[in-house]
Amino acid sequence: MRVLPVGEHALLVELGSAPETEAFHAELLRRREAGDLPPVTEIVPAARTVLLDGLARPLELAGRLTTWTVEPSAVTGGPETEIAVRYDGPDLAEVARCWQVAPEDVPGIVGGLTFRVAFCGFVPGFGYLSGLPDRLRVPRRTTPRTAVPAGSVALADTYAGVYPRASPGGWQLIGTTDAVLWDQDRDPAALLAPGVRVRFTSEEPVAETAEEQT
Amino acid sequence: MRPVLPEALEVVRAGALTTVQDLGRPGHAHLGVPRSGALDPAAHRLANLLAGNTADAATLETTVDGTAVRALRDVTAAVTGAPCPVRIDGSPAAWGAPVRLPASAVLDVGGAVEGLRSYVAFGGGVAVRPVLGSRATDLLSGLGPAPLDAGQLLPLGVPGEPPDAVDAVPLPAPPAELVLPLVLGPRADLFTDAALRALPEAVYRVAAASNRIGMRTDGPPIGRPDGAELPSEGMVLGAVQVPPDGLPVLFLADHPVTGGYPVIGVVPADRLGAAAQAVPGTPVVFVPVHGRPGPGVPGPQPH
Repeated sequence: MRVLPVGEHALLVELGSAPETEAFHAELLRRREAGDLPPVTEIVPAARTVLLDGLARPLELAGRLTTWTVEPSAVTGGPETEIAVRYDGPDLAEVARCWQVAPEDVPGIVGGLTFRVAFCGFVPGFGYLSGLPDRLRVPRRTTPRTAVPAGSVALADTYAGVYPRASPGGWQLIGTTDAVLWDQDRDPAALLAPGVRVRFTSEEPVAETAEEQT
Repeated sequence: MRPVLPEALEVVRAGALTTVQDLGRPGHAHLGVPRSGALDPAAHRLANLLAGNTADAATLETTVDGTAVRALRDVTAAVTGAPCPVRIDGSPAAWGAPVRLPASAVLDVGGAVEGLRSYVAFGGGVAVRPVLGSRATDLLSGLGPAPLDAGQLLPLGVPGEPPDAVDAVPLPAPPAELVLPLVLGPRADLFTDAALRALPEAVYRVAAASNRIGMRTDGPPIGRPDGAELPSEGMVLGAVQVPPDGLPVLFLADHPVTGGYPVIGVVPADRLGAAAQAVPGTPVVFVPVHGRPGPGVPGPQPH
């Protein structure tokens, strides 16, 4: 762990790996909840770092942080949410090919994994969900789409994500959800905050009518 | 929630970019939400003080060419920030002091004579609906109200007690040259000693592409070692990023909450108002400091 001062009121804590970063972030939240952390305005996790901003005495806390021992296995518990997915994404076949499975096997594979919001960014409410094992890593699209519809469920690298609103994007789209990822009039506005665990359930497409199934 | 007077102002002339601003919405960066808020907080606070408001009331932040609004009821207003001509129904009125707008009068906030951004406060504050506790327009993520449009109606809060007599307060003029202390880190170690030594001698200029997200600069590129890309990491207000072209970008209120270009140092927040008022072409010098001392703790000084 490296603790780097940022300006006069912030610290950037650099960790050795993504799991260590998630564990350290979870420990920060646990200690803040327990009143064992000085007042801090922002705790911003990212891929390999956690930023603590708005500290009165950052150097004092920096000294304490380096004495913490945090096991990566400590990331358990935390709030859990389910997101129902229709597996109708335009890149479903591409992801299946990448995984060397049939497209109809993708829902079972994704549904069998537990994801965790490692960090947010890009647009309000977009969570980078860790939990895709290395062997299921998928590349970003070579050409990003200029418009990805809101509610698109997507994969890139070892992350899953759901687009809170229509935006450009280069992730592989495997499905769509009706879940509202971001609603500024809701409390909390964001469905996914760092630390939340996520399971994707499979929502069956609406069945065709009987007459058509001759 | 405090009562609101709907349709209290009518936008007659929106101006190039006039937004509703307050003290922003810090505390949501972990959800991908920028802090936003007035780029020149001292001018925003002063406008509110003059109009009889608390500092968290929303004001209008203009850009370069001001704005004009019609009062649809009697209201007190005050213009601060970038100095500019102020007119009420065509007659000159005070800048930097409370002015009384009778119902149907038009307050015209003229183009900035110096600086870029004027702040217009109204008694009771602009009372658009808050988002995550703030009424600020965030141009990066699109939270808060859209920039003003001609013909638009704006609500005001109910004014409190009439403001005490407040003397017009002189404000420092926007600087002819920006000398910005730069607290080195967190990624200064990615740059060579030679690059850091050369920095205080280098003169940059505020680039025209600057906006509420960041102050961009033109000047001598800061040498970056190859492979100075990082996984995205959290960014603070005042961070100075060095993208591959080597031209420093100073992050202002609507900055992205994370970024992947190395941050060579951070400009203390109390210097960012001056940066936000610096017109394109203004010379900029970054003076590295190795961490400013805490209270009572001696530390290295800028040279």
